Amino acid sequence: MIFKVFPAEELAALYELLAVNPIVGPVLKGRDKKDNALYDFALTSGFADLALDYGQTMHSAKKFFLPHREDLCTFTLSDHDWDKHVDYGAYQHTVLFGLHPCDINALNKLDKVLMESVYPNPFYGAKRSNMFIVGHSCSPTPSCFCRSMASDSVIRGFDLFLTRLDDSYFAEVNSAKAYHLLEKIKSYHATDRDHKLFRHAVSEKNKKITAQVDTSDLTKILDMEFHADVWQEWGDKCLSCGTCANVCPTCYCYGVEEEVDLDLRHARKEKLLYSCNLVDFAEVAGGHNFRPESHTRLKYRYYHKHRGFVEAYEESLCVGCGRCGNACLADITVPEVIASVRGGDNNGK
Amino acid sequence: MENKLEFIDLGATDQPEQARQSVHDFEYSHKAEITNVYPLTATEKLYQIQICDPDERHNFTFHPGQFVMLELPGIGEGPFSISSSPIRHGDLELCIRGVGNMTNFLNRVERGTKVGISGPFGTHFPVENMIGEDILLIAGGLGIVPLRSPILSVLENRSRYGQVDIIYGARKPSELLFGYQYEMWKQFDINLEIIVDEAEQGWQGPVGLITEILKKRIDQGRDADFRHKTSAIVCGPPIMFKFVCDQLTHANLPMEKMFVSLERRMHCGRGKCCRCNIGSTYTCLKGPVFDYWSVLNLKEAI
Repeated sequence: MIFKVFPAEELAALYELLAVNPIVGPVLKGRDKKDNALYDFALTSGFADLALDYGQTMHSAKKFFLPHREDLCTFTLSDHDWDKHVDYGAYQHTVLFGLHPCDINALNKLDKVLMESVYPNPFYGAKRSNMFIVGHSCSPTPSCFCRSMASDSVIRGFDLFLTRLDDSYFAEVNSAKAYHLLEKIKSYHATDRDHKLFRHAVSEKNKKITAQVDTSDLTKILDMEFHADVWQEWGDKCLSCGTCANVCPTCYCYGVEEEVDLDLRHARKEKLLYSCNLVDFAEVAGGHNFRPESHTRLKYRYYHKHRGFVEAYEESLCVGCGRCGNACLADITVPEVIASVRGGDNNGK
Repeated sequence: MENKLEFIDLGATDQPEQARQSVHDFEYSHKAEITNVYPLTATEKLYQIQICDPDERHNFTFHPGQFVMLELPGIGEGPFSISSSPIRHGDLELCIRGVGNMTNFLNRVERGTKVGISGPFGTHFPVENMIGEDILLIAGGLGIVPLRSPILSVLENRSRYGQVDIIYGARKPSELLFGYQYEMWKQFDINLEIIVDEAEQGWQGPVGLITEILKKRIDQGRDADFRHKTSAIVCGPPIMFKFVCDQLTHANLPMEKMFVSLERRMHCGRGKCCRCNIGSTYTCLKGPVFDYWSVLNLKEAI
């Protein structure tokens, strides 16, 4: 990796250089009842829109690469025939400015399922290949448990990663495009002093991470505790609303619906992001539901994230961003659920 | 000697290429025509579906037990097991029960209707590894549908297999599928035994559970070689295949020589939508055909 440094005031110049493309970044959307700032990723119209000191956004940046609704194809229907039209829904390069390590790691995990496995998904792939990602260091919030999920730092999946030092930015340069960009602003190769400052900044950041999840042997423990009573307790709390999947940066499951236009000459097949907590997620034709109870669906969600994905890819599908816990109407958080499932950990007593 | 582990010759196994790597395959469907509709019972029909383009039709190859996604533009898309013989390539037969929105619509379409076919997807019954063995094909109810492809495949390669038994159970005689083919199957030296839960007028065959017929077959074949020279293909409701597979396990048949086919409502068939996940395994990629050992290890499969 090439490390460069530039003065903090040059960041606006960097933004302007990129501004010939649409730039998506964290913006302040409003304030909650307790006057806490609420942030979300949105299209920015100027450098001043960017709120790079955000703690966590409410939603992930998912809508820019996995839209909640997306046409998989449209049909033109004639009396005895039809034609199918497919549009991957990507038309230009987009800059994602200010993603935290957790959200970049989330993209890397999605890549494994959606691009690097059998049947790569071109709808995701087309958007993903047209992203210029500028990561930004974070200031962890009380609900962040990224360090437990090994997502607190990121080594790939971005073009440029910026860490704020006192009065400058430490830049990890991960693509030729980013390298050339930095040549156009006042920047220099990082010195030993910068390296030290960087390491200090990282250790200061790590001190702020308080939430934790014990992942040791979690896959086996989940199998052992498959019939544990705690699932029922969490299931009783869960409202099966699917909000957790909605805000999750790595939830990618979906349902497909087709509809015919009123003129009976056109039809479309639409993909809608779904949630495994919704009651009909595992329902089959004829009405049989493989997961009719709330707790079986909640348990399945944890199984997919923390067991199945680990089995398939040697890593969890959770990045520890804490959004699901923040958004949950029933106050269900990942650290609490996993701690309770591990409940029997008290030295075999 | 009973616990001696068998040597596996890696050089002799020949797994078909599963990966589909081109991104443009993802939303591609072959245009196909419903050339004939053949009512089998009050609720099931056999649809003969031909891929329109002759080259695409010829290049469409599959293995018994795999499924396709059938699309009715504007109505819906769903996974269906292929019921025809692999040697027929893209001249497919799908047996479909009218049960949901899409299948009830399908019930009303006429021959000549153009549909979309994508696939084939998923794992298959490894009939190529069963050469030289006796085969037990056990079906309950609609389970005969995915079984018909391996049945036809075995018929067409009859000399390569030993004794072949089909044991088929249904609720009532009027729900039996493919009745017009039973005589042909028998003529190809296949033992076909049919049992129903509930007799109707004119029924002269046995009434009872499928496990009773299976017990007779096991008792008759109970020799030292049974476990080495037999493979079983089982398809039916979970409660049925659990009893059948447990019975076979009891008769010393290794779990990895019993194959079952599972059903879920897939929305993509390509390992992306997660709707078919069992525990955390994709039925569309790792299945629908699993050996019984894998099924035992799937949380919530049975």
